[in-house]
Amino acid sequence: MIELKNVSIVFNQGTVNENRALTDINFKVKEGDFITIIGSNGAGKSTLFNTIAGTYLPTEGSILVNGRNVTRDPEYKRAKYIGRIFQNPLLGTAGNMSLEDNMTITHKKGMKWLKRSLTAKTREFFRSELVQLRMGLEHRMKENLVMFSGGQRQALTLLMMVLSKPALILLDEHTAALDPKNAEIVLELTDKFITEYHLTAMMITHNMSHAIQYGNRLLMMDKGEIIFDVEGEEKKALTVEKLIEKFHELRHKSFENDRTLLSED
Amino acid sequence: MIEGILVEGLIYGIMVLGVFISFRILDFPDLTVDGSFPLGAALMVMCLLSGMNGWLALLVAFAGGVLAGSLTALIHNHLRVPNLLAGILTMTMLYSINIRIMGDRANVPILNQETILSKVTETFTGIIPDEYILLVFFTVMALAIKLLIDLFFRTDLGMTLGAMGNNEQMVISQGVNPKTLKTIGVGLSNGLVAVSGAFAAQYLGFADVGLGQGIIVSGLASVMIGEFLVLKSNRIGVLTLCALLGSICFYAVMYLGRYYGYLVHMTPSDLNLIKGVLIIILLVLTQVRKFKKVPFKVSK
Repeated sequence: MIELKNVSIVFNQGTVNENRALTDINFKVKEGDFITIIGSNGAGKSTLFNTIAGTYLPTEGSILVNGRNVTRDPEYKRAKYIGRIFQNPLLGTAGNMSLEDNMTITHKKGMKWLKRSLTAKTREFFRSELVQLRMGLEHRMKENLVMFSGGQRQALTLLMMVLSKPALILLDEHTAALDPKNAEIVLELTDKFITEYHLTAMMITHNMSHAIQYGNRLLMMDKGEIIFDVEGEEKKALTVEKLIEKFHELRHKSFENDRTLLSED
Repeated sequence: MIEGILVEGLIYGIMVLGVFISFRILDFPDLTVDGSFPLGAALMVMCLLSGMNGWLALLVAFAGGVLAGSLTALIHNHLRVPNLLAGILTMTMLYSINIRIMGDRANVPILNQETILSKVTETFTGIIPDEYILLVFFTVMALAIKLLIDLFFRTDLGMTLGAMGNNEQMVISQGVNPKTLKTIGVGLSNGLVAVSGAFAAQYLGFADVGLGQGIIVSGLASVMIGEFLVLKSNRIGVLTLCALLGSICFYAVMYLGRYYGYLVHMTPSDLNLIKGVLIIILLVLTQVRKFKKVPFKVSK
C-alpha cells in the first residue's frame, strides 16, 4: 500500500551540522498491517513518520501510495488518507472550541465550505460514537476542550481520526505524555479500533513489551536505519530478552545505554 | 451628541469586527487594516463621483478590501514573509495605490453627491426624527453584518478557520491547506474594514489617504475593551457583540477627548498618546485578570 524506496533524509546538507537522519530506507506497508516501531532516541522513528506524512521531503528516494508517487505532495494533501496522532495530546484538537465543533471539523477529511454539517442528526451520530470511549464525553458535547484532560483529548483525537477513515494511521508515541492509567485506556482503544475497523497502522513506542504485545509486525530502528523487521509467528514468539539480544547481535554493542530509554514493562 | 457617539462607534464597529477576525479568530496580526480602511473610502468616493449606485460602490469597496487582504496573505504564504511584515508591506503599498485611485489627490470631497446615507435620510425623513435616522440605519447595518459573520463562523468553513487560529496542525491533519484558509480569513477581515472605510467616507463627506492612520490600534483597543466588558465566552455571537460594544465604548472615549479634552488642556494630537496608554492599561489589566493570553502575539 505504502512503499518507501531508497529514502534518505539529510538535514543541513553540506554544512558542518550535516545530520543523516534516515539512510536508504526501503520498506513496504501492506494493507491491514499493524506495525510497532522501537528504537532509541535519535534512531529516526519520528523522522520516518514525518517523511511518510509529508512534513519533511526526502533528500533522496521516493514514496509510493498504491503505486502512485507522492514524494512531492505537501503534508495537507497526504493528510487526506493519512491519519496522525502526536505525542502532545493538544495537537489533535482545538482547545477553545467545543467538543461538537471539533468533531464537525474532523470527522471528515478535506476542504470545508459554507455547508453547516452540525445538525441534530450528526450530533446524534457523534454522541453514539463517543459512547465507545466510555468516558462520559457524550454528555459534554458543548464544553470547550480546554476543560478536558490530556487522556480524554487523545482518546477523542483517536476516535475522530478513525471516523475519518484514513488508509494509514501513524501513532507517534501517542500515549507517552499521559499518566499510566490513561495511557493504558488509550492504548486499549487504539488496539480495539485498529482491529474493529481493519485499519493499517504504524505505532512508535518506547515500551518494548507493548511493541511485542500489539500488532503483527515489528520494526527496530537505529541510527536512521531499519535494522530488524519481523512479522507473523516469528514476531509472536518475541520476548523483551530476545529483542535486546537481537539488537546486540545486529549492532555488536550493548543495549545497556538504551535501557533507560526503552522501558521493559 | 449621544447619537453622534453611537454612529461613530457603529461605523468603526464594522472595522473592529474585521480586526477581531484577524487578530482573535485567525491569530494573524494583520496590519493591512491601516491601508484597507482608506482604500474602502477611496473606492467608495470615486465610484460615487462616477455616478455609480451607492450599494454597488459599497460592493466595490468590499471587493477592494478582500483583494488587499488576500495580497497580504499571499505575501505571507508564498514568499514566507512573517505575517506582521506582510501586512506592513501591503499597507505601505496601499498608500500609493489609494492616492492613485483618488486621481493623484490625497483628499477627495463628496459634497452634494448622492450617497447611501443621503438616500436613507431622504427616505426616512418624517418617519423617524431626523437626528436618529443615521443611528437607526447604522445600528441595523452593524447588526446585520454581525449576524452574517456569526452565521459564517457556524458553517464548516468558519469553524475550520476558528480551529486554524487555535491549532494549525489540526487543520493540516484534516487535509485542508492552511494557506487557502488564511487567504479567505484575512481577505474577509479586510473586506469588512474597507466597508467600514466606505461608510466613514460618506459620513465624513470625504475620502482622505490619512484616514486609516492608527486604525489598527483603535481596532485592537476596541476588541480588548469588548473582551473586558463580558466574561470569557466561546459563543461567536457573544464575541462579535463584544467587539461592537467595545468599539462604541472606545469611540465614545475618543469623542469626549476630542470635544471636551480642552477642559484638561488636551489637544486632538494627544489622542494617539491616550490610545496607546489605554491599550497598555488594558493589557496589564487583562494579564491581572488572566482570562486571556497576551493578545499581540507575533507570528510563529
